[in-house]
Amino acid sequence: MFKCSMESLNSVFAKISANAELYIPADNCDGKAVYTKWAEGVELSNQLNTVKSPKDFFFPQVEDMMAFKVEGKNIELIDIRKAQEDFVVFGVRACDVKAFEVLDNVFLVDPVDSYYAERREHGIIISVACGRPSETCFCQTFGIDAANPGGDITVWYADGNAYWQSNTEKGEKLLASLGLESCDSAAVDAEKAKIANIMKKLPLAELKADAFGGGKTMELFNRPEWKALSESCLGCGTCTFVCPTCQCYDVKEFNTGKGVVRFRCWDSCMYSDFTKCAHGNPRLSQVERFRQRFMHKLVYYPENNNGLFGCVGCGRCLAKCPISMNIVKVMKTLGGNA
Amino acid sequence: MQKITRDVLVEKAVSLLENGTVANVLGWRKGEFDYDITPAVFTDKADIEANFVWNDFCGANFSKYLVQKTRKLEGKILVFLKPCDTYSFNQLLTEHRFDREKVYAVGVSCEGMVDIDKIKAIAGDGISKIVCGEMIEVSTVYSDEVIKIDAKDVLEGRCESCKSKKHVAYDELLGEEGDVIDSNRFDEVAKLEAMTPDERFAFWQEQLSKCIRCNACRDICPACTCENCVFNNPNSGVENKAAANSFEEKMFHIIRAFHVAGRCTDCGECSRVCPQNIPLHLLNRKFIKDMDSFYGEYQAGAEVGSRAPLVNYTTEDVEPCDVFEGGNE
Amino acid sequence: MNARNEALIPHIAVITDVRLDTPDIKTFRVVTPDGKKAFDHRPGQCAMLSIPGVGEAMFSITSSPTNTEYMEFSIKKCGCVTEWLHQAEVGQQITIRGPYGNPFPVDTEFAGKNLLFIAGGVALAPLRSVINYVRHYKDRYGKIDIVYGARSKEDLLQYKEIMEEWVNDEGVTVHLTIDREQPEWDGHVGFVPNYVKELGFDTDKTVILCGPPIMIKFTLAGLTELGFEKKQVYTTLELKMKCAIGKCGRCNVGSKYVCKDGPVFRLDELDELPNEY
Repeated sequence: MFKCSMESLNSVFAKISANAELYIPADNCDGKAVYTKWAEGVELSNQLNTVKSPKDFFFPQVEDMMAFKVEGKNIELIDIRKAQEDFVVFGVRACDVKAFEVLDNVFLVDPVDSYYAERREHGIIISVACGRPSETCFCQTFGIDAANPGGDITVWYADGNAYWQSNTEKGEKLLASLGLESCDSAAVDAEKAKIANIMKKLPLAELKADAFGGGKTMELFNRPEWKALSESCLGCGTCTFVCPTCQCYDVKEFNTGKGVVRFRCWDSCMYSDFTKCAHGNPRLSQVERFRQRFMHKLVYYPENNNGLFGCVGCGRCLAKCPISMNIVKVMKTLGGNA
Repeated sequence: MQKITRDVLVEKAVSLLENGTVANVLGWRKGEFDYDITPAVFTDKADIEANFVWNDFCGANFSKYLVQKTRKLEGKILVFLKPCDTYSFNQLLTEHRFDREKVYAVGVSCEGMVDIDKIKAIAGDGISKIVCGEMIEVSTVYSDEVIKIDAKDVLEGRCESCKSKKHVAYDELLGEEGDVIDSNRFDEVAKLEAMTPDERFAFWQEQLSKCIRCNACRDICPACTCENCVFNNPNSGVENKAAANSFEEKMFHIIRAFHVAGRCTDCGECSRVCPQNIPLHLLNRKFIKDMDSFYGEYQAGAEVGSRAPLVNYTTEDVEPCDVFEGGNE
Repeated sequence: MNARNEALIPHIAVITDVRLDTPDIKTFRVVTPDGKKAFDHRPGQCAMLSIPGVGEAMFSITSSPTNTEYMEFSIKKCGCVTEWLHQAEVGQQITIRGPYGNPFPVDTEFAGKNLLFIAGGVALAPLRSVINYVRHYKDRYGKIDIVYGARSKEDLLQYKEIMEEWVNDEGVTVHLTIDREQPEWDGHVGFVPNYVKELGFDTDKTVILCGPPIMIKFTLAGLTELGFEKKQVYTTLELKMKCAIGKCGRCNVGSKYVCKDGPVFRLDELDELPNEY
C-alpha cells in the first residue's frame, strides 16, 4: 500500500496524465460532479458521485461506428475508428466499478463488441472508497462493498491522505510509476471499519433482493402491482441514461452529404418506439415498458449471469427520476420487504 | 412551510370519495425518504390516510396527467392544484385536452416548494429525516445534530420568482386565495438579453451540451401534449434517442420552445425535472417576455379560451421588422 | 475492412437477381462482389441486410444451406428498408452480416421424424430454407407434409418452385390453400388453421409452424385438438433488432434474446417466456 497527502493529489494527477489521458470527477457550472479531463486547474469534486455514470468511457452515449461511401449502385465501407489510446479514470465508486462487470457480461461475451472491448482494454480504473455514502445508496443490497471498490487501483481517503492499493497487473504498473510513499494499512483498515459502520445506518441498509433473481420470470412478470407502480411513469429516459448498467442502444445512420455515417446511441426501453417494428409493437403501454426495465435488472439479467443482478444500487435513478419512482420502490412493493 | 395542512387535504379527499363526488384522487404519494414524492391515483380511504402527502416537496403539477387519466379512469377525478398548476389546467382546457366534467379541481394554497438539491448542498448527503416547516429540520446519518434551514433559502428556483398565488381555476378552494404577484421572473431573462450574442451563445452552448435527451422536460411539460410527438417519429431522423451531437440537442430544445410559445404558462416543471439542471424555463420565459412586449401582456392559462397572441391577428400587431429588431438587440 | 470479423461490421454484397414473387414480396439473390456466397448458414438462421443511408434490418435466409453459390431473401414490403429494397435493381450493392440465431434442429431433433410444415403468407420464407434442406437430405427424414396458405393464389410465395419441384418429390405432400375462392383455382379454399384440422394429421410428426400471430394461435388450437403437444411444435420469431448479437436489448423477451437464443423456439419453451413477442 502507498500513500500521498490529499494536498499532493494534484501532482499525482499530473504524473498520471503525463502518460495517459486522465479523467476525474470535477464540479461543473451547477456544482454537479462530471467526469472531466484533468489538466492543471481542474479540481477534484467533493461530491459523492457524478450525475452521469462513467459507463460513457466504454459505452459512449453516441459513437460513430463506420462510414459508407455510396456511389451509384456501389458501396464502400470505411473504417473511421481511431486507434484507442490508454486512459485513466479516477474516482470511480464501488457501484460503478461493479457496473463495468455488468456491462462486460453483455459486451465481452461472444460475439464480442469490439468497440467496447477496445476501450475496456485501454482503460485503467482507479476506484475510491465511499467515506460518505448517501441515503440513496443501496449497493450493499447487491453484495457490493463500498469500502473495497475494486477496479485496477483502489484509493481510500483517510486522515488527510489518499491511500493507494493496486488490484490488477495494469494497476500495479501504473501505481509503481507514481513514486508514492509506501505505508501500512492501519489507516485504511480504520476507514473500512468506519465505512462498514455507516453503511449499516443508511436508510436502505435493510433492502433485500432475495425475492428477485433468475427463474422468477413468470411469478414476477404477472404481478398486478406493475400497473400502480408504473401509473405515473412519464416514459422519459432519465433512469436509463443516468444508469451505469443500462446498455440498450439504437443503431442509426446520418447522411452527411458526403457519405453515410452509421452510429449507435443509447436508447431506452422506456421509450414508446423501442420495440416498435413493421408488424406492430409487443410493448404497447408504459406498464409493459416500465416492467421490462425492472424485470431485466432484477430477473432476466441474473438469470443469464449466474445470479449477478443488473442493478448496482448507485441510487442515481432515485435522485433523478422526475416522478421519484425507482427500483427501490419496485423492489419493496414486489419483494414485500417494505 | 405550507399553511394548509395535510390533514385538511386528506379529509377533503376522503369526504369527496366517500360521498361519491369523485372515484379517484390524483395526489402525492409518500416516498422512500421524506422528499421523494410520486404522483399517484388513490381510490381508497385507507390508502389516502396512510400514504397521501402534502408538504414542501409536492412540486409535481398534475394538470398534464388529466389528459390520460380522464380517458383511462372510470369516474370523476379529484385533482389538487397549486396556484401555478391552475394555469396549466386552464391552458389544457383551452386546448380541449381533457373533459372538464370528469374533473373535480380543488385549489390548494401554496407557500412555495423547496428544492432537495439545495437542502443537500447545505446539510450534505445521507439524509435520514426531514421535517418541513418555516425552518426545515434535517437529520443525517452522519450526525446527531439536527440541521435547521430556513425554507425560504432553499426554495425551488421557480418558486423564488413565483408569478401568482391566485388560483385561476377550481371547484373548491382550500386555504386562502392569494394574488397575482408582480414577480421578478423576467430578471433572469434580462440578464441573458444583456449578454453579447457571443456570450449568450456560449451560455446556451454550455447549458445545452449537458442535455442527455432523456426527454423528461418534454414528457413532464403540460404544454407538450401531442398525441405523437415529432421527436417520437422514427422517420423524423430526430426521434427520442440520445442526442447525436450538440446541434441536435439545441434543435430539440429550440423546436420545443417554439412549439410551446404562447401556450407555456411558465410552470417551471421542465427545469425542475431536468436531471442535468439545465435552466430550460429561460427559453420559454424569453418567448413570454418578447410576446408581452410585442403584443401586450398575456398570461397563458389565466383564463380558459383566451387567444394567445401568436394565434390571434390584430391590426395593432407589431411589425415583423420590429420583432426582428427585438431579437437582435 | 472486416479482417477481424467483427460482429457489427458488415460485408459488402451485391444483388444478382430480383424476382417478383407476389404483389408485395420480392426474392433477392445475394452474393459477395466476387460472386461467392457471403457466408455459410444453417436452416432458419438470419442475416442483417442494410442499405447505408436507409437502415439495417434482420431477414431470414430463405435459400437452403445446401445451396453453396448464393443466398436468397424473400422480403415483403412493409417498412423503409424493405420499401427501398423493392425498388433496387440487379447490380445494387448492399451490406450483409450474419449468420445470426439458432437454426432449426434439422440434424438432431428432426432426424428420422415425419415433418409437418405449416406456413401462412410471407412466413414461408424462413421455412423454405428448412424445406429445401430436408428435401435435399430426404433419406434422413420420414414423410414430409407441407400446408401452406395465403390470401390468394398470387400471394403464394415460391409458387413456381412449389409446383415444379416440391409437389413432384416422392415422400413430400403439399397442401395449398387460399383464403377466398378465385377463378382458375381448383385447390383448397379456407384458412390455414381450419385446413390443418380438416387434413387431420397423425401426431407422429414434428411440426414447424410459422405465420402471423393469429394464424399461429388458431393453428395451435387445432393441433392440440388433434392430439399434438407443444413440445412437438417449432416456430421462428421476429422482433425489432439492431445489433443481432444480443446486446442492443430490443429483441429481449424474458431472459432470452430472439436474435441469439432464437429465432427458432419450441412452443413449450415459449410458454416459459412472457408474452411479449
